[in-house]
Amino acid sequence: MDWFFNFPDMSRSDLREFKKTVDFAFTDFSRTYGRGIEDFFEPLLMFLVWFEKLFINTPWPIIIFCILLLAWIGSRSILIVVGTFLSFMLIGYFGMWEDTMSTLAIILVATFLCIAIGIPLGIAMARNNKVQAAIVPILDVMQTIPSFVYLIPVVMLLGIGKVPGLIAVCIYAIPPIVRLTNLGIRLVDKDVLEAADSFGANYWQKLFGVQMPLALPTIFAGVNQTIMMALAMVVIASMIGVKGLGLPVLRAISNQYLALGLMNGLAIVILAIIFDRVTQKFGLRMQKYRNEGKD
Amino acid sequence: MNSKDILIKVNHLYKIFGEGDKSALDLVKNGMSKEELLEKSNCVLGLNNINLKINKGKIQVVMGLSGSGKSTLIRHLNRLIEPTSGEILFNDRNILDLTPKELIKFRQNNMSMVFQKFALFPHKTVLQNVGYGLAIQNISKDEWSDKAQKWIKRVGLDGYEAYYPGQLSGGMQQRVGLARALATDAEILLMDEAFSALDPLIRSEMQNILLDLQNELHKTIIFITHDLDEALKIGDRIAILRDGSMVQDSDPQEIIMNPADEYVSDFIKDINRARVIQAKSIMTSTNTKSSGATVKEDMVLEDILQIMSDAPSKPVTIENSKGKITGKIEMVNLIEGMKRPKSLGTNITG
Repeated sequence: MDWFFNFPDMSRSDLREFKKTVDFAFTDFSRTYGRGIEDFFEPLLMFLVWFEKLFINTPWPIIIFCILLLAWIGSRSILIVVGTFLSFMLIGYFGMWEDTMSTLAIILVATFLCIAIGIPLGIAMARNNKVQAAIVPILDVMQTIPSFVYLIPVVMLLGIGKVPGLIAVCIYAIPPIVRLTNLGIRLVDKDVLEAADSFGANYWQKLFGVQMPLALPTIFAGVNQTIMMALAMVVIASMIGVKGLGLPVLRAISNQYLALGLMNGLAIVILAIIFDRVTQKFGLRMQKYRNEGKD
Repeated sequence: MNSKDILIKVNHLYKIFGEGDKSALDLVKNGMSKEELLEKSNCVLGLNNINLKINKGKIQVVMGLSGSGKSTLIRHLNRLIEPTSGEILFNDRNILDLTPKELIKFRQNNMSMVFQKFALFPHKTVLQNVGYGLAIQNISKDEWSDKAQKWIKRVGLDGYEAYYPGQLSGGMQQRVGLARALATDAEILLMDEAFSALDPLIRSEMQNILLDLQNELHKTIIFITHDLDEALKIGDRIAILRDGSMVQDSDPQEIIMNPADEYVSDFIKDINRARVIQAKSIMTSTNTKSSGATVKEDMVLEDILQIMSDAPSKPVTIENSKGKITGKIEMVNLIEGMKRPKSLGTNITG
């Protein structure tokens, strides 16, 4: 009856062997291909470094002007523009300007990557049920697996630095944009699609003329979520060598610096709120046809 | 009926929804009913051996209750639904043999469709909606917007070009739907319960617009409806579907005078016969002039009654559209014509 009270598990030596095999296999893999993979990501690293330098080296009034301009184009709301201005002045005044620029740079690149990969993936899922069935579980894993777990192989392969940080952020932030692109396209009214069919529209005409425009609000909610999740990863990414607002937070945790942690944490929150409000307003304006009254 | 007047011919068309539809087809061909089929093979019988000839330049109405397969039938004509078996000939070419590319061309050039729930593109303006069928053919914007403009004007929506469908009333939306279908200059117009979602006054107005347009354009129209009054008002021919089978396909007058079975009788029992039946359906053939007034053969009984009430004993003379005398009607014929046929029962209270 021993098996009834004690789970009949693998013997310790077998388990050790198993872990060793996996670890060695991956070490071998990273020794053989790590160099190649690093070379593959070299252009991305160059770009990241250049982009971050661009943000840091541009004089702050120009940066603020550009940000305010974008905020205005996105939201068309004076309130949001003024709020953005005050927030950035405050961030700069408290000496977090450079870290904020680093964070901004990596967040923008990560968001762009997520959109570039996520939207086509979502479209493929909406087109084919088998593709959807294959990708949904992968997204589930990406969203639930603790980030530290996939940091291990990423760091083993690529070491510490910006690129592994970026990859970690993207793994965490890409699922919403994929899911919501898929959902948005699938929710497009069947009657409207039938009408497009009846007039002889082909697949691409339906996709870009009908499905994507009608799915845009949903897709935009996905972009918004992706940005939010990328920001949430800033602290974890700083553990593997990404500069920015996350690093001081990490330092504050290990040294119990309350003020430092609070300041940088709040700076992240402020960035998140600005991104969120601007993108949401932009998403709303894209659906003007749903509003009452002409134009 | 001259064979070259026929534009579309539907031959032995079957549609069975569900898995294993091919094997179910044999069961249906051997006479299995819709209920039996559903029970035995879990397949739904959509269309059962439909044969239909649609005349060029006429309005063919397809009528039936919901679930009778009328919307399924109309979607076979432009292959939004693929049949299980059968053929659909358009100018003697089987539509079912078209390759995907040819089918797209066929839909762009030969057939357009108006939908019950309008199915307008909510993110496009009225102008863009009406021009859609042309715009996807890579026609230049100037050209399609000119044509779209013309049709918007024709359906009475001048000045609404920049509006979005959500800003228009139901009746106006369906005018957009109609203009969108007309803009491609397709010779066949499929109308799937196009006016059913509109309130009675607007519906009647839309029917008049359609008839006006038809007088001018002479399109071949396949019009789906569940409303007999609508069918009688606009149909040149009426086909009646029940449970996926064709029950009757004939002249509207014929349907009222000689319903094929109980189902059709049920359909027509509530109509105002005096307002629908025409002189030619009840007249006694003769070519000599009678003592009373002379009326056209498409005059309805209600109007003849009005004329005869002045001189009840004098039979009226009936002439055809060319002025040739074709028959006469006496008071007793009128009464006979207005009363329900025996098979419809004599329930006066109902």
